[in-house]
Amino acid sequence: MNTKKWLSYPYTIWMGIFVIIPLFIIIYYGFTAEGGGFTLSNISLITDPINLASLWLSLELSLVSTAICLLLAYPLSLILHGMKLKNNSFIIMIFILPMWMNFLLRTLAWQNILEKTGVINTFLKLLHLPALDLINTPGAIIFGMVYNFLPFMILPIYNSLSKISDDYINAARDLGANSLLTFLKVILPLSLPGVVSGITMVFVPSLTTFVISDILGGSKVVLIGNIIEQQFKTVNNWHTGSGLSLVLMVFILFSMAILTKYDKESEGKNIW
Amino acid sequence: MAGGKLIDLMGITKKFGDNVVLDNLDLYIKENEFLTLLGPSGCGKTTTLRIIGGFENPDSGKVIFDGKDVTKLPPNERPLNTVFQKYALFPHMSIAENIAFGLKIKKKSKTYIQDKIKYALKLVNLEGFENRSPDSLSGGQQQRIAIARAIVNEPKVLLLDEPLGALDLKLRQDMQYELIRLKNELGITFIYVTHDQEEALTMSDTIVVMNQGYIQQVGTPEMIYNEPKNAFVADFIGESNIIPSTMLEDGLVSILGTKFACVDKDFGKNQPVDVVIRPEDIDLIKEEESALNGVVTSLIFKGVHYEMEVLAGGHEWLVHSTDLFPVGSKVGIKVDPFDIHIMNKPQSEDEEAATPDEY
Amino acid sequence: MVKKFFSRFYLGLILLFLYAPIFILIILSFNKSKSRSRWGGFTFTWYHNLFQDEAIMEALRNTLIIALLAAIIASVIGTCACLAISNMKKIPRGILLGISNVPMMNADIVTGISLMLLFIALNYPLSFSSILMSHITFNIPYVILSVMPRLTRQNAIIYEAARDLGATKSYAFFKIILPDIFPGILSGFLLAFTMSLDDFVITYFTKGAGFDTLSTIIYTEVRKGIKPEMYALSTLLFISILILLVLINRKKDKEHGEKPLRNA
Repeated sequence: MNTKKWLSYPYTIWMGIFVIIPLFIIIYYGFTAEGGGFTLSNISLITDPINLASLWLSLELSLVSTAICLLLAYPLSLILHGMKLKNNSFIIMIFILPMWMNFLLRTLAWQNILEKTGVINTFLKLLHLPALDLINTPGAIIFGMVYNFLPFMILPIYNSLSKISDDYINAARDLGANSLLTFLKVILPLSLPGVVSGITMVFVPSLTTFVISDILGGSKVVLIGNIIEQQFKTVNNWHTGSGLSLVLMVFILFSMAILTKYDKESEGKNIW
Repeated sequence: MAGGKLIDLMGITKKFGDNVVLDNLDLYIKENEFLTLLGPSGCGKTTTLRIIGGFENPDSGKVIFDGKDVTKLPPNERPLNTVFQKYALFPHMSIAENIAFGLKIKKKSKTYIQDKIKYALKLVNLEGFENRSPDSLSGGQQQRIAIARAIVNEPKVLLLDEPLGALDLKLRQDMQYELIRLKNELGITFIYVTHDQEEALTMSDTIVVMNQGYIQQVGTPEMIYNEPKNAFVADFIGESNIIPSTMLEDGLVSILGTKFACVDKDFGKNQPVDVVIRPEDIDLIKEEESALNGVVTSLIFKGVHYEMEVLAGGHEWLVHSTDLFPVGSKVGIKVDPFDIHIMNKPQSEDEEAATPDEY
Repeated sequence: MVKKFFSRFYLGLILLFLYAPIFILIILSFNKSKSRSRWGGFTFTWYHNLFQDEAIMEALRNTLIIALLAAIIASVIGTCACLAISNMKKIPRGILLGISNVPMMNADIVTGISLMLLFIALNYPLSFSSILMSHITFNIPYVILSVMPRLTRQNAIIYEAARDLGATKSYAFFKIILPDIFPGILSGFLLAFTMSLDDFVITYFTKGAGFDTLSTIIYTEVRKGIKPEMYALSTLLFISILILLVLINRKKDKEHGEKPLRNA
């Protein structure tokens, strides 16, 4: 097909201006002091005990959420795949549909469910069970993360499962593998690209969120996202904020590099 | 060369929705034979193979393997292996891991597996390919690995589902000889599915011609080619002239109003029949020497022979001959009595022509 | 049978988890009490008041216009890019597709901050157009992700077939290529529209004072209490998209039903 190269120019120019240049601006701010001049102090601020503690907490909560999402989503994707629906878009719709209610409102609704007088505790009271302290805890934040990002784990895994040709499964069965071995030796390894995309798509937003912790953590739980947000919106120190953002970016790049080592197929086409 | 019954399909019926793919099919497969299921797409040949392999359950009927009923047995518990149409090599494993797959499941020792991989790669002429990945191989090479992966498990039967379909002509012909050699070296049963009549004629001990879920004829390649049971088989296996005629009496048939001597008997007197004559069995002779005369209407050079069409007695005769008759030449038609094959008129469209007890 | 029951049960539980907050919000939209935690009886007041609330209506307009424009522009830019990229050699192709991964993989907060810093560096006012450009930026990758897989070799072959049969380049494109990749463009557009509509973080950083979308209004209201009209609005939005999707799906199912069953 003889399509013209110039068709890519709007895209290239757009991404250059709005993706590449902004990254350099962050780098610029991250490495300069308020009056200008090179400094590493913005970067090294991450070693401040408060910042470091919130980075570790973010890491802990996002890892736990990612793990929970994976554990919930993989069996679910297998079930969905097993239903052999003709219409793939139906599945995608079920999981995208909740996004049509604003994400802040949906997260807020978890307050109603989790708080002291909320749905769960009311239910426990009816059963004469002791009330649970759910809201404003790290647990509540994990809940919110799993809730918000679970679809981003389900869709890529489901997608990679539906790409596995029946021939491979038949071949494994033909060569003597029972259902369990077929799953372990063929289905699971072939679905790994989907798992990898799922993990990144849950891990990155969980690690960097400040909204979920704002709404479900009160002011008691401070994540690295909250600290960066405050630097820009309340403290107004863009240099510090950029420095911490850079640390976060490097952190993400580093974890993704480890992850993609296991993912032979990249190009990002497995995400949906 | 063939032993007793190894696989017996009894009254197999399979429907997909309202579509009856196999209708009360009976077939047995002998030990050590190269049996080919041949037919156009949609005839039920692949479904038959998948039922033998255990990938499909029949709606009714039984699959007997070595005297045991295996109808309900899952594929992993059947002592046979399959070479899939699109090879289905596991993309996340090396060639060696692919070949070792079945052996590892059977918990064979490391050295045994290593030896088997070596042996299998040698058998398919791909020594040294152990660490390559499947997608770095050509179609023909992937095909050989798929065969190697199947045979290391020492199956009693190897099922091959149009394995040469994706290869080019030259490679396909080479692989045909390879498969015959493999079959002889391994001494096991091959069940082969194809729509290519030449492949079937070249490799098979027995050919099963299928159409619309029914078996049309079972026999050796020679039988199928020389004595087609009905017009479908005659037409599907090679080219032929099929002419509605009348059987006058034993040994005499009237074709387009001209009497021809033949060797077939027991069709009764003055019965309508179909006559099948292979194009290479027709001799073109001088006009005055034949009772049936015509004109050459087209001429094509085919390499080994000339292909001509002769309009004679109101019928376009297809003739293969090494002698050249230019377009417009007047010729006579001569057919030896044993080259005239008489068939009963079909009773219906999808007639069931033959059952395996006749071979 | 038992296995089937368990898988349905599990699926049901997950769906309950995903949809529970939505039920709560729908219930709250009919709650006479302004408090989130007390049921004060059934009312339609909030639905009634909603249309009189200038601030909410203004934010709704902003949200919808931004989402729609961003999705359309991103679809055009993204589709053009896919057409060009699909013909490129491996290395430029890898680089261009790699760039599209940056906003997908980068944290929203970093994308938002970096765009904000860009606009400030350029002295560009933070308002409607800055939000729109930011949304286009994070939408383009979704379009590319949906359209790219549709541009296969088969596509090039049928394009050449059309040219061979006498079609001009533009005729072949509009009659052959475009209809073939259209489902991809549509799903990319819908995805982009949804993401744009649901976005808070990037809007939050690239908006100026005095300009609000639904997300940013809700965020400021989180502390002082959400106006119940907001629940009513969300319910209306949700129900209307639900009805739309059910209708589309019905139509699709009908089309699917007419296809013949598999061949043997």
